[in-house]
Amino acid sequence: MANRIQINKEFVDIMPQDYLDLVESGTFESPNRGWKDFGTATELIAEHSLCAGCPESIAFRHIMASIPNPEDTVMVGSTGCTSLVFPMIAVHNIHSLFGNQNAIATGLKRALAVRFPDRIKDVIVLAGDGATVDIGLDMTLQSWFRKERFTTICFDNELYANTGGQESGLMQKGFLAKMAPVGKRFDKVRLPEIARESGCDYVAIMTASKPSLVEKVIKQAVLIAREVGPTYIQIYTPCILEIGKQSMEGLQEMRTSEAPGERFKFREFISPEAQSFLDGLAEKKKAEKIAATT
Amino acid sequence: MATQTDSRVPQIGQRNKKNQLITDPNELFFLSPRTPNFLTGSEVIREAVRRSSVDFSVAYPITPQSEASSLVGELYAEGYVGDYMRGESEFAVMGECAGAAFAGARVFTTTAGPGTLRAFENFPMWAGSRLPIQVVFTVRGINSPLTIQPDTLEIAFMLETGMLLWHAESAQDLFDFMLKGYYVAEQPEVHLPIGVICDGFFVTHTKDMVMMTPEDRTLPHYDPYRSPVVCMDMEVPPVRMMRDPFVMKSNYISYMTHASWQLEIRAAIERSRKHTIPLLDGLIEVENSDAEIMLIASGTAVSQAREAIRLFRDKGVRVGLVKIKTLRPFPTEEIRKATEHAKHIFVPEFNVAGWLAREIKSTIDRNHRVVAGPHVAGGMTMPPEIIVEEIEKHMAHRRNKELVHG
Repeated sequence: MANRIQINKEFVDIMPQDYLDLVESGTFESPNRGWKDFGTATELIAEHSLCAGCPESIAFRHIMASIPNPEDTVMVGSTGCTSLVFPMIAVHNIHSLFGNQNAIATGLKRALAVRFPDRIKDVIVLAGDGATVDIGLDMTLQSWFRKERFTTICFDNELYANTGGQESGLMQKGFLAKMAPVGKRFDKVRLPEIARESGCDYVAIMTASKPSLVEKVIKQAVLIAREVGPTYIQIYTPCILEIGKQSMEGLQEMRTSEAPGERFKFREFISPEAQSFLDGLAEKKKAEKIAATT
Repeated sequence: MATQTDSRVPQIGQRNKKNQLITDPNELFFLSPRTPNFLTGSEVIREAVRRSSVDFSVAYPITPQSEASSLVGELYAEGYVGDYMRGESEFAVMGECAGAAFAGARVFTTTAGPGTLRAFENFPMWAGSRLPIQVVFTVRGINSPLTIQPDTLEIAFMLETGMLLWHAESAQDLFDFMLKGYYVAEQPEVHLPIGVICDGFFVTHTKDMVMMTPEDRTLPHYDPYRSPVVCMDMEVPPVRMMRDPFVMKSNYISYMTHASWQLEIRAAIERSRKHTIPLLDGLIEVENSDAEIMLIASGTAVSQAREAIRLFRDKGVRVGLVKIKTLRPFPTEEIRKATEHAKHIFVPEFNVAGWLAREIKSTIDRNHRVVAGPHVAGGMTMPPEIIVEEIEKHMAHRRNKELVHG
């Protein structure tokens, strides 16, 4: 089906079946790809080594199903639970150090623009809250100040999960955790607001409970980053292990936390430039629909 | 260095948008006419970058490399460099460089002293990721209280990062090492980052006559597909890199993977020899190898050692010299051979630790012959008279000991 992603005929007999599946029934170059491909197409993420029921794995799946041009997307990760998943996804991705993801993405995106001036090459950062807000905050913000053209996704589980549940900047005030032995003493860092003030043209805060919403937000964020300016998505991916939940309770935890008045109630900020870009896209889609029906 | 077979990239024999002729590296290095230019070291850095088809460069101010990195910005404004930006800290700068190298760009940056140390975590990552980035270290002091003075202590920290490290004696070395450095670092069997080191101020801020290749000739572009690892541009069909990330495993296969990759980096450094030796005319340069007293040095300490040899010659004493051009790969065999006949080996250094003497002591036999010194540090100069004095003091002391115990 895909033209860009093909297999060398000489290697067909030695490549593993899941690789062949990816080439034959993956969703590379599928214009309407999305979470509805689940069950009928080979996913870009086939398995993971996260804990059973981890909401991060759900969010990861939804994101990989939603990115608009996986055949021309390079992802940048950081250290943490996500770095256990990245080696198993089927787009090029970089892990280098802890916290430098937005610096890596800056160089990556700029060099791809130099090398492929007439082509789409999307760059997406996906990192945890420790990487995004604590150790890497400087580089997160600086990339926004510079209006670097890529999407930053933060998997916010409100703590350092991979090292065993230590306090992070996105942890809620008062939460008892390792390294916060009497409870966290300061408020959850308001990164979405900071993102807006730092130059992001699109900001969303959400959970991963609704695949269609994740899909919509991811597509918008990637397209706006490509054409307008930096975008930021903060997704609640609770660490069920560290907040004392069972494997099957992740979804409910996300739903509870996105209820009206709760900290992960869906909010989005769209800059006027991004809004007029989205309006243009909608107009174009409408015109295409009309053209197709007449 | 084959030019990538990409129609957008000018090939050898064609001209780039600045009308520079893309020139075969060996032709550029050895056959192109050279003309003398009287330039500061910072200007030499600019001129080498102009001739290197650099795709991406990141700058950050820190003395004594600020001028060089802003001059590279001027090259970008003129259209010689693909993209250029000011980073936010050296740690971020080296990440930005890495991102661009992962994307298949030829990358250039500079730093010095505290900047090198702030960036430090990146260097073994660059090597492990096989990114052939070139960084010029214009070395300076790293001690507290605050100093900006010349000092080579930071090199000691760089030795085990897995990078190629070449130490320029002069502005001429700097120019040649930068051009040739890309050639060696980008060989598929090497493919490692390279640190071209020059001594801050002594080289960067002084003017020197440099024989330069023509301004309108440049190296072929970097070919990111001649690499031992995949270029992260989604032009090569992706695979799941690992079924199980090694970081998750505490088992022998995991340990073995990490250990063997580290060994491979070191082996790649050694494999750079065969490309480096013909380009630099050996990893060392030797004068008077039959002398009983030998000086071994790298960087501007070599120039001071040359002067000391001249002073000794005036006194009728024959003293030899080994100039070390590459610290990684370390010219172990070459130094062993060059010092076979030496009875006394002195290692003048611009740092308090004497790391070069330690390197030499750990690699040659009869290492009691090695005297670590003289040392100057913190920005002091090293007049050749100091080297002479140190050697004479040591020899007199030895004679006295022989008289007492002999």
